[in-house]
Amino acid sequence: MARLGYRRGEHRVRPGLYALGQPTPESPVWVTANYTLSFDALRSALDGIDGYILVLDTEGINVWCAAAKGTFGTDELVRRIEATGLANVICHRTLILPQLGAAGVSAHEVRQRCGFRVEYGPVRASDLPEYLKTHRATPEMRRVRFDFPDRLVLIPVELVHVFLPLLLAAVMLYLLGGWTAMAAAVVAVLAGVVLFPILLPWLPTHDFSSKGFLLGGAVALPFALATLLGNGPSVLWRFLTALAYLLALPPVTAFLALNFTGSTPFTSRSRVRREIFRYIRPMAGLFVAGIVLVLARLIVERLGGFK
Amino acid sequence: MILAAVTNTLRYNPDLCINCDLCSIVCPHGVFAPGREAAELRNPEACMECGACQRNCPTGAIVVDSGVGCASALLWAALKGKKEQESCDCACACGSANSRSRRGGGNR
Repeated sequence: MARLGYRRGEHRVRPGLYALGQPTPESPVWVTANYTLSFDALRSALDGIDGYILVLDTEGINVWCAAAKGTFGTDELVRRIEATGLANVICHRTLILPQLGAAGVSAHEVRQRCGFRVEYGPVRASDLPEYLKTHRATPEMRRVRFDFPDRLVLIPVELVHVFLPLLLAAVMLYLLGGWTAMAAAVVAVLAGVVLFPILLPWLPTHDFSSKGFLLGGAVALPFALATLLGNGPSVLWRFLTALAYLLALPPVTAFLALNFTGSTPFTSRSRVRREIFRYIRPMAGLFVAGIVLVLARLIVERLGGFK
Repeated sequence: MILAAVTNTLRYNPDLCINCDLCSIVCPHGVFAPGREAAELRNPEACMECGACQRNCPTGAIVVDSGVGCASALLWAALKGKKEQESCDCACACGSANSRSRRGGGNR
């Protein structure tokens, strides 16, 4: 359910200190967020290993996002160490943090403030057993990946987000333009939220928006061609409708593609800002032009044109 | 001499580096690599401005204008007149308490 975004604020673990197996004062301490998926990933990776898990209060948010927001941060870590009395439970002063928590935690500041040494483990919890053999991560363990399964798990929640607006748009387009118009809108949106994450590495061009335009153009083309070669009332009607598909659909896919930047682990704010400045106006312009064309065609149609 | 990336806000002053290696350890994109006397800025254009290197650099040798590379958050921030971290509203459960933003599904 967490992957669908259902009651997303409620997937929380109570912050505090948890024992894993039969820990002793010499046992290692891992630090994580109080998001259930973060906690469970860590717990599963450490199956059969004795130690402690210190859960920070990140308001039910995963480690990396919480680090960006500052909730998985130096202040909360120091506060949680004191609140749990960790110094009295263990005899060493080393904490193993997930590498992606480093965006919120300052290791030298933690040491200054409470005497604990921060050790950054690997990016993925699944690499922890290997990491624990030497306490050194390989360059591969240090790199964040965005492989096919990583992209695939994002699709359900993307679908949940677009479902209601898409339903409304589909009903409206069915009333205005029939089944084909409705199908075209659904396909353009699904291209943005399903096909785009799947095809991301293989779509040409660098920018997400231009990738989205290409994908949107590819899915709009069959609708345009089918209309152009179909049996519409007149050549002008068929041409205008086909043109409307080519104008209005690609910006929809491109906008959804641009919004996917936040799901990826490699886009910088500078890059996304540049993309917004470069592409938002053309997206809006083309979409509005397509809609205006559809409305104009409908008005002419109602007035008895195209006969 | 300050080394800088072209496409992002990363700036690195090797003269201040004490070669503690933390930047190489925390960077998820291999932007920094261990060097003989100071960290090497190996791949500056891959920087995603997460700010981990800056936060963990004890001498201030690294400066970056850190933030979230999320179009949705930036657009909402522009519309609402707030900071993007407060306007995050994507799919990762990142902003579950207030709104949203995400990154890679959230089990990290």
